[in-house]
Amino acid sequence: MSFGLHTSRLRNACIGIAGCGGLGSNCAVALARIGIGTLVLADFDRITESNLNRQYYFLDQIGWKKTDALRENIRRINPAVTIEAHFVRLTPENIPGLFANCDVLVEAFDQADQKKMLIETALKAFPEKPLVAGLGMAGWGKNDLIHTRRSDNLYICGDEVTEISEDMPPLAPRVGIVANMQANAVVEILLNSETGR
Amino acid sequence: MNILLNNNPEEVSGDELTVAELLRIKNFTFKMLIIKINGNLVPKPDYETATIRPGDDVQVIHLISGG
Repeated sequence: MSFGLHTSRLRNACIGIAGCGGLGSNCAVALARIGIGTLVLADFDRITESNLNRQYYFLDQIGWKKTDALRENIRRINPAVTIEAHFVRLTPENIPGLFANCDVLVEAFDQADQKKMLIETALKAFPEKPLVAGLGMAGWGKNDLIHTRRSDNLYICGDEVTEISEDMPPLAPRVGIVANMQANAVVEILLNSETGR
Repeated sequence: MNILLNNNPEEVSGDELTVAELLRIKNFTFKMLIIKINGNLVPKPDYETATIRPGDDVQVIHLISGG
């Protein structure tokens, strides 16, 4: 298959990004650069200075809603991407509606309890929809520990062990690796799918 | 009995185990887990009653903060 056919599959795809922090902002930008047609972004947070050590935002965007800033940054990279941005806290009640039309959903939260809520909600609401989660990326080094594990429609990217703490902060290199692994898994799912969208 | 635990073959004692027993045997003490048996989500209130049988595909996913 020539890559031109792949390009049309990417252009026709809709990807949900749940959370626009370190994982979500970097994953969304990677997908935008390669021409994903539609991104559905959701986050309830505003940019702070401490976010800039890993998240795809700029100094002059501090205080902005992450959804607005990410929409703007993606527009500057690839204006052909359709962005549906929701400034909202995701809950078991609103997740099924917000991401219903997405081909793949990316879990990009930072707190473990929120990750659990999203994964459980998505597994119940969309058992057939591929879900790509990021688990374990704090600190630095240990490239070899980072992997992708698949369980049915759930794909887990990360080392599945290192948790953030005061001594083990989330930092751009490792968070960026996992965010891009998530984007890479999304592309693989889209291009391997037999539905031929 | 032999089961598949997180995609790896694993031999555990007995012909039937509850999820709670498996967590004790494997020393999975982490509070924030997602558990699936043969693709089906097992909610936390069911850990004492949900059973694992020979050949089952069990996934124990540790929810870790960071992102």
